[in-house]
Amino acid sequence: MRAVIAPRRQQRQDSGAGSVRLAERVSRIRESGILAVLIVFVAVTTLVKHRFLDTSNIQFVLVDTTVFALLALGETMVVISRNVDLSVGSVVGLSAYLSTDLFAQHPGIPIPVVFLAGLGIGLACGLANGIMVAAGRVPSLVVTLATLYIIRGIDILIVGGSEVDASSLPNAFLDIPKDTIGGIPDIAIAVAVVIAIGAYYLRTYRSGRDLYAIGSNPEAARLAGLPVGRRVFTAFAVSGAIAGVAGVLWGAQYGTINSTAGTGYELQVVSAVVVGGVAIFGGSGSVTGAALGALLLSTISSALYVLGISPFWDQAIWGFLLLLAIALDQTITARLTAALRKNARSRQ
Amino acid sequence: MDAAESDPSDQTQAAALPALDLQHAAKSFGAVHALIDGSVTLRAGEVHALVGENGAGKSTLVKILAGVHQPDSGTLTVNGRQVTLHGPAAARAAGIAVIYQEPTLFPDLTVAENMFIGRQPLRPGRRIDRRAMQEEAAATFTRLGVPLDPARIARGLSIADQQVVEIAKALSLEAKVIVMDEPTAALSAAEVDRLFEVIRTLTSQQAAILFISHRLEEVFAICQTVTVMRDGKHVMTSDLAGLTANDLVRAMVGRELAERPPEAAGAEPGEPVLTVDRLTREGVFTGISLTVRSGEIVALAGLVGSGRSEVARAVFGIDRYDAGNITINGQKLKKASPTAAMAAGIGFVPEDRRQQGLVMDMSVQQNVALASLGNLERGGLIRAKAERAMASDWAARLKIKYGRLTDPVAMLSGGNQQKVVLAKWLGRKPRLLIVDEPTRGIDVGTKAEVHRLLTDLARDGVAVLMISSELPEVLGVADRILVMREGRLAAEFSHADATEEALMSAAMGQHEASRGTL
Amino acid sequence: MSTSTGSLTELKRPLAERLGAALRWETGLAVVVILIFGIGSAASPDFLTGNNLFNLGLSNGEIAIMTLPMTLIVISGEIDLSVASILGMSSALLGYLWARGWPMPAIFVVIAVVGIAAGAVNGLLVTRLRLPSLAVTIGTLALYRGVATILLGPNTVSNFPTAYTNLGVNAVPFTGNDITYSTLIFIVLAIIFGVVLHATPLGRSIYAMGASQEAAQFAGIRVKRIKTILFMISGFICSLAGVLWTFRLSTAVQNNGLGLELSVVAIVLLAGVSIFGGKGSLIGVVLAVLAFAGIQNALLLTNFNQEATGIVTGGLLLASVFLPTVLGPAVGRWLRRLSHT
Repeated sequence: MRAVIAPRRQQRQDSGAGSVRLAERVSRIRESGILAVLIVFVAVTTLVKHRFLDTSNIQFVLVDTTVFALLALGETMVVISRNVDLSVGSVVGLSAYLSTDLFAQHPGIPIPVVFLAGLGIGLACGLANGIMVAAGRVPSLVVTLATLYIIRGIDILIVGGSEVDASSLPNAFLDIPKDTIGGIPDIAIAVAVVIAIGAYYLRTYRSGRDLYAIGSNPEAARLAGLPVGRRVFTAFAVSGAIAGVAGVLWGAQYGTINSTAGTGYELQVVSAVVVGGVAIFGGSGSVTGAALGALLLSTISSALYVLGISPFWDQAIWGFLLLLAIALDQTITARLTAALRKNARSRQ
Repeated sequence: MDAAESDPSDQTQAAALPALDLQHAAKSFGAVHALIDGSVTLRAGEVHALVGENGAGKSTLVKILAGVHQPDSGTLTVNGRQVTLHGPAAARAAGIAVIYQEPTLFPDLTVAENMFIGRQPLRPGRRIDRRAMQEEAAATFTRLGVPLDPARIARGLSIADQQVVEIAKALSLEAKVIVMDEPTAALSAAEVDRLFEVIRTLTSQQAAILFISHRLEEVFAICQTVTVMRDGKHVMTSDLAGLTANDLVRAMVGRELAERPPEAAGAEPGEPVLTVDRLTREGVFTGISLTVRSGEIVALAGLVGSGRSEVARAVFGIDRYDAGNITINGQKLKKASPTAAMAAGIGFVPEDRRQQGLVMDMSVQQNVALASLGNLERGGLIRAKAERAMASDWAARLKIKYGRLTDPVAMLSGGNQQKVVLAKWLGRKPRLLIVDEPTRGIDVGTKAEVHRLLTDLARDGVAVLMISSELPEVLGVADRILVMREGRLAAEFSHADATEEALMSAAMGQHEASRGTL
Repeated sequence: MSTSTGSLTELKRPLAERLGAALRWETGLAVVVILIFGIGSAASPDFLTGNNLFNLGLSNGEIAIMTLPMTLIVISGEIDLSVASILGMSSALLGYLWARGWPMPAIFVVIAVVGIAAGAVNGLLVTRLRLPSLAVTIGTLALYRGVATILLGPNTVSNFPTAYTNLGVNAVPFTGNDITYSTLIFIVLAIIFGVVLHATPLGRSIYAMGASQEAAQFAGIRVKRIKTILFMISGFICSLAGVLWTFRLSTAVQNNGLGLELSVVAIVLLAGVSIFGGKGSLIGVVLAVLAFAGIQNALLLTNFNQEATGIVTGGLLLASVFLPTVLGPAVGRWLRRLSHT
């Protein structure tokens, strides 16, 4: 015997729109926030030390960021789906050695082949990760922690105490990080293009959106019939392949590779991704943000050096910044959720 | 036992092919026979109720329709064609959509993306066409008569709105069969009415709806036909016209349940146990002052979002408050913390049983003991025997049905789980027991037991503060009813004065309440 | 006293199966440990000698000690990746203060306080600011290692008096020649942590909050306070480990313990502690420590490249997560069949 009550139709239509604009604005805010910090940093540092904005220094920072941003791209795809790939550092190390060693083993080998080899090595590692995480339904933290160990161990077994020396590498190869177009390093442009492609893909293609859905609510994704296993598998495969290519670039940049190349790099990559606004639990964030995060961290490193601050302070500052970024993100999300909820409630 | 009674109207409607016909489905999981003989027939333009106690097999049947489980035997015919659903995608392709009790949306994606995930409209080159997605979503919401902005992200949507999104999704999938599993469990009365409007829109567009609910008054309000299940088997199918609630209950429970609404304790209230004085939390509730005396059951009624649970949680110390005082038995509660509240003798049965009331991975015994660990320890160590004794003692007193005390509590039915939560708090002999939606999602039989338990407690001198959205429960059990509206206390009624209309109009704050009939 | 379920038509689970479920992981792990030690002693006659066991304790003592608070933290639903950095920071602090002439007892006090503070920072960021511990401790991993780097720079400090460095390398007196101080500390702590975890209200609360933080809060468990305390305990214990490490190597240098956190997490996961929280046992952790140490040692004695032992750790870790999903149902069925005869 329920009293029938006419639903209140005079809803405030536009409070919904207000909260939408808020939501959209927030993701833009995150990215422009990083950009703003970046600009402030550069401005302040340049004021103190003019040579910070020297062409050679900018080129240096851009090249330094290249490998970093490339890895951030792959890692972002994985993190968006609520996973993590901790093995990237080991993959970079393995790929860097094996690919550059090809020059010594097969003199005169074309450079593109070496890149392909690196990609192949990385892809193999990525496939292994992908199969285990997707098929085994096992937490990726554990799997990639294990492969971090295993791949590094394989690397050590192969490399032993030897190393690849820059002198054994062809000049054309070592010049890759040095070539510029109009003052901007080639590889920086190339990576920027790759990142733009990645961002476009994640925004405009169903499989890209699927990754966000999987990270936002894995159970719902399964129920909705999304090919969760396939998407996660692909994300890891791509992350591995990218790490493989990044390894070759690493070799071109540093020239001398031993068994410690890339050690610990995975944590820096995850940091860049988090600083770039990608939620550690997935579902939101962008590749552009992650790349900006990588750029920011590299810039800070360089700025500290130029400012004469002992490099021993680098790591502490990086750690502090990461904590700041996470805390900021959390506050923003909390405020946003509260605002959205209040909007929804006031419309009842 | 009653075999399936053939419905006389079946013959007259023989011409119309049922939208969906499930016959004699069975499903077992290892040694558990979840469904033994499930049958249900759905027709276009009709709302068909599915009722039964917890454990009757309803949710297994729903999962079979959803394609999540494949039946061990039985046939499923959709629009005249026999189908086997190998997965959720197949169910969707067959035109079946299921709306679960807890909608599963993607909080980080927009409403439109939620609707179209996995099948977004495409532009040339397989690129997502966002404009088309937005327009189609907006059109669907207009069709449903619910203004939701498709471009907002799903995070922060109320459960009622989330359901609408799910329904919109079902419509855009051109579902011909929509299964709603306990859709009204988390809705306020106004939201239920809005949902019923939506359902009527759906049926006018020739959808077939399967409506599963424990609330029989709703079943009679919105459904035309009903199927009753018991112990995994189909018991009866019939038109609702001509049936009474008692008929349904008898079929569900298999025995005569005295047709008697829950009764108040009618005990002489004693000293005030809880005194709340001008409790305020910015933007949530303002100036709440109330008293609950020993032996009294005070109900806190109102629309969802009026702030009732927040007040209760503030009293218990889980949520903070900005101003005001809380006094228990004459002592002011200084700190807002559950520890202080528990020390003062307050117990709190929360709204969300699975997330807040119980640790689902832990055993029955461990859950019963969880709030009493301090009392069960000696020399720093938990006394295992005392713990076991406490659990089995309370299980017997509350007639909890379980296999072994060490079974995970997730194995129990909803009603028995709620009893475990109650046992946890009763084991502390509270002076004030706050219960938030005590019988949500519980079968009829256990519901009556819980009501009896609350009135027994009141008779023993416990003060009970009950938050409930179920008007029959509020009207029946409470000695006094306080109505909250938009964060303030709007009205107070005694047991004798209260009527549904009076409560609703106080909750709504306007004279919009109009009398309706079954 | 128990009544059978009416709602689920199910057979009562036989005793053997329940026991089996509880012990499945630890029993398997125990078998693995026996296998490792068996293979080890077959491969090398030196394996089971007292001297070798002593070396085992030496090289794994600090890691073993660090697994104990990590276990509690993971069961409570969090993770602490800063453990190795706290170890490094305390080692750097030790060297820094010693080089400036501070007396050792004062240094110990400072290190203890700093370690607890470091843990408190982790705990507060996680509980007050509600930040995910994975991200927070990646940050503090860098921050604390950074502090170590700032303190020592490229320098090393090695002139510690033998009275102290002996604590790192000698056997505990009166116990024969086989037990290092770090082993003794591990044993004592393991017993304490085990009792707390499995038999006290605090331990039960830790399981509850790991399984369902909200429900634990609603039951009056002070989740935030307990988690912060767990992080502080971890900070303290890792500082202690840092001191032991420094004395064992007789050297304080900025990169002491670099990368150890991964080994600690690996051991805890190998022990059957769920990364999601709410499950695991301390016996499992002790067995996992033995397995880990045994493998390292066996590989050492058979001249396997030390630095590549990571392959075996990684393999064990993979086994620890895949075996349950693969073997679990099979073992369950086998046990069920056993108990039906």
